[in-house]
Amino acid sequence: MIRSLPSSKKYAFSYGFFVCCYFVFLFAPLFVTCVLAFNNSDFPSLPWYGFSLDWFVASGPERVGIFNDSQNLRAIATSFQTAFWVALFSTIVGTCAAFLFEQENFPFKNLLYFLMLAPLVIPGVILGISLLLAANTAGTFIENSFGIDVPLFRPSFWLVVTGQFSFIATFVALVVSARLRKFDPTLEEAAMNLGATRLGVIWHITLKYLRPAIFGAGAVAFLMSFENFNTTLFLVGSQPTLPINLYLQVRDGSTPVINAISLLLIVGTFALAMVNLYFSKEKD
Amino acid sequence: MDNDLSVLNLVKKFGDFSAVDQVTFDVPQGSFFSILGPSGCGKTTLLRMVAGFEEPTSGSIQIRGRDMAGVAPNQRPVNLVFQHLALFPMMNVAENIAFGLKRRKVDSATIKKQTEEILERVGLPGYGQQRINQLSGGQKQRVAIARCLVLEPLVLLLDEPLGALDLKLREQMKVELKKLQAKVGTTFVYITHDQSEALVMSDRIAVMNKGRYEQIGTPQELYGKPLTPFVAQFVGDNNVWSGEVVEQSGKNIVMKTDEGFVFRTVIQGSIAVGQHADLYLRPETIRIQPADKEALNCFNVTVKTILFDGANSRLLTVTPQEHELLVALPQNRSFDHIKPGQDIEVGWHPDAAICFRAEG
Amino acid sequence: MAVPRSSKAVFWIFLAPVLCWLLLLIVLPHLDLLRMSFAGENELGDMTWTLQNYRNFFTEPIYWNTFLRTAVFSIITTFITFLLAMPVAFYIVKVVRPRLQGAMMLMLLLPFWVSELVRIYGWMILLRESGVINHFLVKFGLIDRPIEMLYNDATMIMGLVYTSMLFMVVPLISVMESLDDSLIEAAYDLGSSKSVIWFKIILPHCKPGITSGSIVVFMLVLGNYLTPNLMGGKNSLWFTEQIYNQFIASFNWNQGAAFGFLLLLLSSLIIWIGLKLSRQKLGEVAS
Repeated sequence: MIRSLPSSKKYAFSYGFFVCCYFVFLFAPLFVTCVLAFNNSDFPSLPWYGFSLDWFVASGPERVGIFNDSQNLRAIATSFQTAFWVALFSTIVGTCAAFLFEQENFPFKNLLYFLMLAPLVIPGVILGISLLLAANTAGTFIENSFGIDVPLFRPSFWLVVTGQFSFIATFVALVVSARLRKFDPTLEEAAMNLGATRLGVIWHITLKYLRPAIFGAGAVAFLMSFENFNTTLFLVGSQPTLPINLYLQVRDGSTPVINAISLLLIVGTFALAMVNLYFSKEKD
Repeated sequence: MDNDLSVLNLVKKFGDFSAVDQVTFDVPQGSFFSILGPSGCGKTTLLRMVAGFEEPTSGSIQIRGRDMAGVAPNQRPVNLVFQHLALFPMMNVAENIAFGLKRRKVDSATIKKQTEEILERVGLPGYGQQRINQLSGGQKQRVAIARCLVLEPLVLLLDEPLGALDLKLREQMKVELKKLQAKVGTTFVYITHDQSEALVMSDRIAVMNKGRYEQIGTPQELYGKPLTPFVAQFVGDNNVWSGEVVEQSGKNIVMKTDEGFVFRTVIQGSIAVGQHADLYLRPETIRIQPADKEALNCFNVTVKTILFDGANSRLLTVTPQEHELLVALPQNRSFDHIKPGQDIEVGWHPDAAICFRAEG
Repeated sequence: MAVPRSSKAVFWIFLAPVLCWLLLLIVLPHLDLLRMSFAGENELGDMTWTLQNYRNFFTEPIYWNTFLRTAVFSIITTFITFLLAMPVAFYIVKVVRPRLQGAMMLMLLLPFWVSELVRIYGWMILLRESGVINHFLVKFGLIDRPIEMLYNDATMIMGLVYTSMLFMVVPLISVMESLDDSLIEAAYDLGSSKSVIWFKIILPHCKPGITSGSIVVFMLVLGNYLTPNLMGGKNSLWFTEQIYNQFIASFNWNQGAAFGFLLLLLSSLIIWIGLKLSRQKLGEVAS
């Protein structure tokens, strides 16, 4: 049963086997994707025609590797920009929310807290369409009343940032709140007793204490934004993010260049995950 | 002498519950003042009001004549050593000590000089670059005190800072704190539930119970002349009897205890024949096998067991009516013959006991 | 709490951005969604209030069939995810040698850091007619010619289970870590069988984790677009696709808004029932 209790050989073996199968199930698609990125074939499938780096470096005309694929490169750049802004905004606002709900008392606090949790239970698609509608309504209203056309209110880069921010900020707030709850409030009192102002206390003591959590949450926010599909789908304008661009390619028939991009994404996210893990371990 | 801290009719209510109830006291400049009471008696609330973390419901707090109402905690000339010290774990020792000075915008050369000086003074020279988690319990204690003293507060408040230390270190720190206070001359207000800490260190002690003050006095006064039953029981150990007064002339009374002993003693306050009284008797005032029994209240007890504790050894004895009685056992070899199970005679002088009229 | 800790200025610094965020990006858009779902055009092309969008939903069997199908499949997927995640979480927390625990946790989390699209793409390469699995099956003579394994309900559910697994495993692992081994040992010592230990000790203890995991998984599955679309193909009939079609293909935003609002109602309702059944609050589940 558990480590300290005896269990039959057969039981232990079959349980172990089950978990092995589970891990195969987890990694099989990623593994196959990565391997086929190096297949010297025009299709992401077997048989194996030999090792090739064509889908990374080829410059055309028959095969265009990812490093020469301007459309996909542009999508990657867009995704990076989006993720950067989303991570920045949601980290700032999420941290404010954590302070607000953990340290302040005010009327309607519970209602506001409930609203903050709402993005957790609102499907991303709904968030996307309601923002699209609201932006459109606002844009129409402003154009009709002031005669100004605000590009922000049409599907565009900044609308995508806004849409992703609206739910990623909740995750940041929850992560930072969890850390803030473990904070010893006498440290704040001690700082105040030593003459610090409220802002001074937050800046010198509380934020320093929260720093690992804030950076960790920022990294997760970056990743969530980079990978977001559901909300982005409805808000995207002429600058598709990488997931949207990949989706269009996968839907309309694929070449191993997608495998190459996937490989880069897998390596990139694994690296980011490792760095994040390393830092969170170090703080403990 | 001027008072550094004056508290007048201070009240703090949480809903219907009075945590601090009509408390008044003065702390003279440069003294070591302790507030002693069981946990939950309101002493921490009192201290937090002085520091400015709680607002009094009514009453006033004055620090060197200046009223503290409406003054924010970061503006008050008092500093607090927290129960769990609250040293900033993300800073080293020097940064912790410099924290308050930096908030006052002191220039960095002065900060450096003062930090080194104060570390020297608390006996931690050269520890500035150490991380907080590298320090021992006693060293943390001293950093926490140094962090406050460097700001030269008029009053230093200490909230049971020795509570987290182990026994040996606590004994040592008691003496050190007392010495440190004498050296720096800052007024210390120390709160504790440990009567021995209060007795050893303080110039004056206020005993607090259920939000109210029972008695203020020197350690000797509290121990020798407690004014209330609570103080008599809380400060030091006591044997207790209750009984009825059978004779009375002025302060001298004769009392018959519930188990039938007749004792001569002295009453605190007034009492009449027929009223009930409680008698408190310290273990060290009971003499074993007294030679001169003339003036003493004498009776026989059975030794149950010997509670050997070095210089603080005692006999646990019982009267024929199974009333337990602690008797001090001096370790001068003259009572080595006493064994458990033995019957011995004990006696005490009528002036040695403290007697109050029973309440209710 | 202590009175002087918060100052007015600092309070507003915290409140203002949060208030802007919640009001402008959460409350107003959803009110607009509700408003749009009741709007329509009359014969002259002017805007009027109407229930037509909702009427369409109930009169067109394809719509409400898809709706029901999505709801039922989401529940099934959540349950399968739970059945699969439970033993895995238990193995990692209580069975495997402590030395391997950290590595296994890491292995478990890593795939989920990768974009959902990449993971689904991997499955497509594996399962499709010209895919890797078919290649090997044919090569080893197990089948004569490749079979299409994509674009059916079973594959789609597998894909949904795969993409949302993490959100079940992580809460389960964290509640199981708080389960004291000695409780299981005591139950064993008192003569309980394995099933009694599971049903009387482990499952009741894990209830908060099960609830929060199920809610998140259910919500993600219900609102998923990518997996049903790519793995279920044209047969997937997932409700989010109806919404997408109304918005992007037919450009009937009012109809789409009504569908969106219905989906929101459905997810809120089922989550509410889940919370009621397990007697928990949303706040507890979130933290």
